[in-house]
Amino acid sequence: MKRKLAAALGLLGALMTPVASPAQETVNDPAWQAVLDDAKGETVYFHAWGGEPRINAYISWAAREVAKNFDIRVLQVKVSDTGSVVSQVLAEKSVGKNSGGAVDLVWINGENFAAMKEQGLLAAPGWAQSLPNWRYVDVENKPTVVEDFTVPTDGQESPWGMAKLVFIYDSARLDTPPATLDGLLSYAKAHPGRFAYPQPPNFFGTTFLKQVLVSTAPDKAALTKPVDEARFAEMTAPLFAYLDDLHGALWRQGRAFPKDAAHMRQLLADGELDIAFSFNPSGASSAIANGELPPSVRTFVLDGGTIGNTHFVAIPFNSSSQAGAKVFANFLLSPTAQARKQDPDIWGDPTVLNVAGLPETEKVLFDTLDLGPATLTSDQLGPVLPEPHPSWVSALEEAWTARYGAE
Amino acid sequence: MLTSPKAGPAIPVILVSVLLAGPVLAGLLGTVLPAFGYLPALGHSGLSLAPLQQLFQQPGLVTSLWLSFATGLAASVLSLMIVLLFVAGWSGTRTFRHLTRFLSPLLSVPHAAAAIGLAFLIAPSGFLVRLVSPWASGWTRPPDVLILNDPFGIAMTMGLVAKEVPFLFLMTLAALNRPQIQEYFKAGASLGYGRVATFFTIVLPQIYPLIRLPVLAVVAYATSVVDVAAILGPTTPAPLAPRLVSWMNDPDLTYRLMASAGALLQLAVSAAALGTYLAGERLVATVSKRRLVTGHRHLQERTARYGGLLVMVTIIAAMVLSLVLLGLWSAARSWWFPAVLPQAWNVMRLADTLGMSLGLLGTTVGLACASAFIATALTLWLLEARDHRKSSSSRRLKTLVFLPLLLPQISFLFGLQLLFLSADFSGTFVAVLLAHLVFVLPYAFLALSDPWDRLDPRYAKAAAAIGASRARIFWQIRLPLLLRPVLVVLAVSAAVSVGQYLPTLMIGAGRIATVTTESVALASGGSRQAAALLALLQLGIPLVGFVLAALLPALLHRNRAAMRLER
Amino acid sequence: MHSNTETTGLILQTVALHLGGTLLLEIDCRIDPGTVLTVMGESGSGKSSLLDFIAGFLRPDFKASGKVLLDGRDLTPLPAQERHIGLMFQSPLLFPHMSVLQNLMFAIPATVRKKSLRQDMAQQALDDAGLSGFGSRDPATLSGGQQTRVALMRTLLAEPHALLLDEPFSSLDKARRADIRTQVFDAAREKRLPVLLVTHDEEDAVAAGGKVHVLDESGPGKGCA
Repeated sequence: MKRKLAAALGLLGALMTPVASPAQETVNDPAWQAVLDDAKGETVYFHAWGGEPRINAYISWAAREVAKNFDIRVLQVKVSDTGSVVSQVLAEKSVGKNSGGAVDLVWINGENFAAMKEQGLLAAPGWAQSLPNWRYVDVENKPTVVEDFTVPTDGQESPWGMAKLVFIYDSARLDTPPATLDGLLSYAKAHPGRFAYPQPPNFFGTTFLKQVLVSTAPDKAALTKPVDEARFAEMTAPLFAYLDDLHGALWRQGRAFPKDAAHMRQLLADGELDIAFSFNPSGASSAIANGELPPSVRTFVLDGGTIGNTHFVAIPFNSSSQAGAKVFANFLLSPTAQARKQDPDIWGDPTVLNVAGLPETEKVLFDTLDLGPATLTSDQLGPVLPEPHPSWVSALEEAWTARYGAE
Repeated sequence: MLTSPKAGPAIPVILVSVLLAGPVLAGLLGTVLPAFGYLPALGHSGLSLAPLQQLFQQPGLVTSLWLSFATGLAASVLSLMIVLLFVAGWSGTRTFRHLTRFLSPLLSVPHAAAAIGLAFLIAPSGFLVRLVSPWASGWTRPPDVLILNDPFGIAMTMGLVAKEVPFLFLMTLAALNRPQIQEYFKAGASLGYGRVATFFTIVLPQIYPLIRLPVLAVVAYATSVVDVAAILGPTTPAPLAPRLVSWMNDPDLTYRLMASAGALLQLAVSAAALGTYLAGERLVATVSKRRLVTGHRHLQERTARYGGLLVMVTIIAAMVLSLVLLGLWSAARSWWFPAVLPQAWNVMRLADTLGMSLGLLGTTVGLACASAFIATALTLWLLEARDHRKSSSSRRLKTLVFLPLLLPQISFLFGLQLLFLSADFSGTFVAVLLAHLVFVLPYAFLALSDPWDRLDPRYAKAAAAIGASRARIFWQIRLPLLLRPVLVVLAVSAAVSVGQYLPTLMIGAGRIATVTTESVALASGGSRQAAALLALLQLGIPLVGFVLAALLPALLHRNRAAMRLER
Repeated sequence: MHSNTETTGLILQTVALHLGGTLLLEIDCRIDPGTVLTVMGESGSGKSSLLDFIAGFLRPDFKASGKVLLDGRDLTPLPAQERHIGLMFQSPLLFPHMSVLQNLMFAIPATVRKKSLRQDMAQQALDDAGLSGFGSRDPATLSGGQQTRVALMRTLLAEPHALLLDEPFSSLDKARRADIRTQVFDAAREKRLPVLLVTHDEEDAVAAGGKVHVLDESGPGKGCA
């Protein structure tokens, strides 16, 4: 049902944008032309997680491009936690600052988006579909571009990249990586202290919980709806049984946890861990390319698929440069920007576009990409398991903390 | 001293009150209201105890409270003991002078940088284990032992100790740095008392009032520290302060009410720690008073002296080594266990990051210099006015000035952010500067009021007798005489300003980025290289300040023997 | 060289002090028990450094050669605490956080263990100094002369084997000065302590009645008149 709606929205978006020669930025849409005119000379403060120098470098490249072509100044505000951006906008709303806000565009998804949407902290719906480059977005095969953790985006955020949980291992130490959760468990037990997951509420830790939940919950359909308190224990019983079994064999016996995926990478490089997580299928290749991980590192996924989602950019309700933010979001969706982003030497983040549907001149940008030695092909990557409803996130985190996080 | 007008409070007193008490109290209010369920932006406009109830239902809350309290208090008391033992055993010796030279610059190391470096030093895959692996230890892979983030907070306590020892040491050094005190050392020795015994029975009772406030500030800080706790502290559960920050930033916005309630609880924890410390202080005073006149002249002299030295040298060595390791990381490309040195280098990135950070560096230095100058000038003005009026309200003023040091930052920052926002003032350089001043001023006052009070009043009298005006006495007599401490205060203030993370982030609204906000953002990605590089930049700025503060007086006073007496 | 039989008293054996490569002073002298050696000189002539050297406080940037012998024992390698040399400063340096009586009790050796005995000894010393009722007073409320007398008693209670006096009378007014000076010298004679007095006051030197050694700018003299 939702998927149909999404497809319809996508179609609507496509209809709204007259078919045009995509390579050129020539504009026949007067509405968009008005946005471009408005945007001229604006400064866009783009609040984006700044923990990865390669991503920061990509953003500066994009900023240079829009400065050159559209006369817009984009400044990345590097944040350590998107939650603090939500805080900022919330604080502004609470003192009645309805325009001239500090945040013009924010890199966001999942529960942060859900929270901002629910509290009315986002710009009016529909702008994302009105972007000219929306027509290339792969709404059909990548349903998460319009449903962020099952929450409809309603065009309040524009997709930027695709993420899928993958596992990184060092083939020099680990010959055949496990292919199932049970395999992972027996591997951990056979090699005590060499497996770990980041501590929830870290994103990656929670995703691991969700991966186990999605694979073991007795009623999968319930996961797409808000948490039903009465059935929570029943739904999570297999998950916690699995974790109970696993914890004795964890790194540091589960008394300390890696902080995040980057910390796991470091621990993998040092040989403390045998397996690290990534949300980026070419993350391992990128890490080899910049010397962070040894060349023998490879990627694997679990049979039956892994959790996947989309990350977006959103405009807060009181953004002071809405037009400029839209133009930048549109540029981020362009085939040129998306292809560059997918290059593991640059960033390696998979595109949200339907590459097959692109005009030949743009398609070739993607076809010629070298995805690196440790990147799985899209066949090998397996199916994407959808994220549960965002309410599961805090429910899982609270249950986890009560059980393991407060001894 | 001179003329003494009796009018209302002096301008600087009012200014400082508004600058300090205003933001702090308004900030507290902005925290108290949500803690009791009032946050209209989220549709909560009635008062309720729900946030508090939700807070007390958080799993492991008691453990978190206990951890904050115990690690903070233990770290403060340990740091004080180490400093006192070392000073007692070695003050006045050649060893002491040499080590002093190392300790002062260590003050400029930001907490987070020190913690990152220390973590790499002592981790199971860290530098020390690498030194002996695998040839001596047999480890081809790092052992799975819990050193960092241990549930008891030992690593965190050590990290705090390593960082607070230089601070307390310098404060103690300043207190000792008066001619009379040196005489007392001699008096004790000529009565046959050992160094350590002399220090604890004669000298300490006299200088303790001067270092008490810094110690209290350390207690308040250590019980509410966020960055060190996040890097070295336990996580199952974490101490209260880092949990607070994560609640503040939780996507589930209703957590913010609970976080505000938590901020009040943090206030209570810090207050409890301060209370416990004061009670302990009284107990020690009572017990030792009885022992004071028994005539025992040696308090296990040798053990105490060499124990103190050993701990101090270990701390200095660990800190210096941590910084060297950070330096190596900033230029490393690959550095995997068990390699003792990086396997591959990447100096280009170093150059790139430096190039990209120039703007940040400008903002950071701008903020540091501006807040240092304003804070120092205000402090001088305040002190001068106080002397001029022989004001009796100096105790109340002192409490006021130190309020921001004794209250945990997070307990009033959220409210402060709202205050700045409602004044439509956030996100500007001036706003961030004001926020920095709230935290810089107390340190400036702390570091300057003692040298000011110690300045022989006869100089001013002599000048006044010749007919010099109040302004002339200040500019031509007092200020030049105080050149060295004033420069040190400028450097300390700049260091404090550079170290501000949360205030810069929350008041700057992301529009004002400094080397510190940038390095925390980069550290969140776990890239040791990038984090190391920015940590070095972050410590470079105050270091330049300290070096200048040391060199300038030597240069200006090269022909004035009496001005070089200190140290 | 002094013969080994002559070992009592305080002996300064070819002592020379250098600061930054320049010779500050030289002295070779012997002070018999119960007698006073007065060292005179302008400020800056190194008087205080000499006392620091004998008592064991010489700052590390000074270079010293020669020996200090007390009753046959070489003090030079010993730390200040073990030299048993009583020192009186320009200011009385009573410990401000203790009462007058506590100041005195502080000096009594720990071998006297009984608290009541310690108190009695301190009280006796106060009586001797003519300050009977002052035991519980805050030292800061005493006059300069009274403070100096307490300081003397405190020094003597520690049972020193020699006394070094660093212009202890300079801060007193003329009337008290002679009085207290006599008290100090009498006490030293009675306890047969060798005394080294540093002063720039001729009267002090005359009152001391012993040998006088003058340090002046014309060049450091070595011997003892």
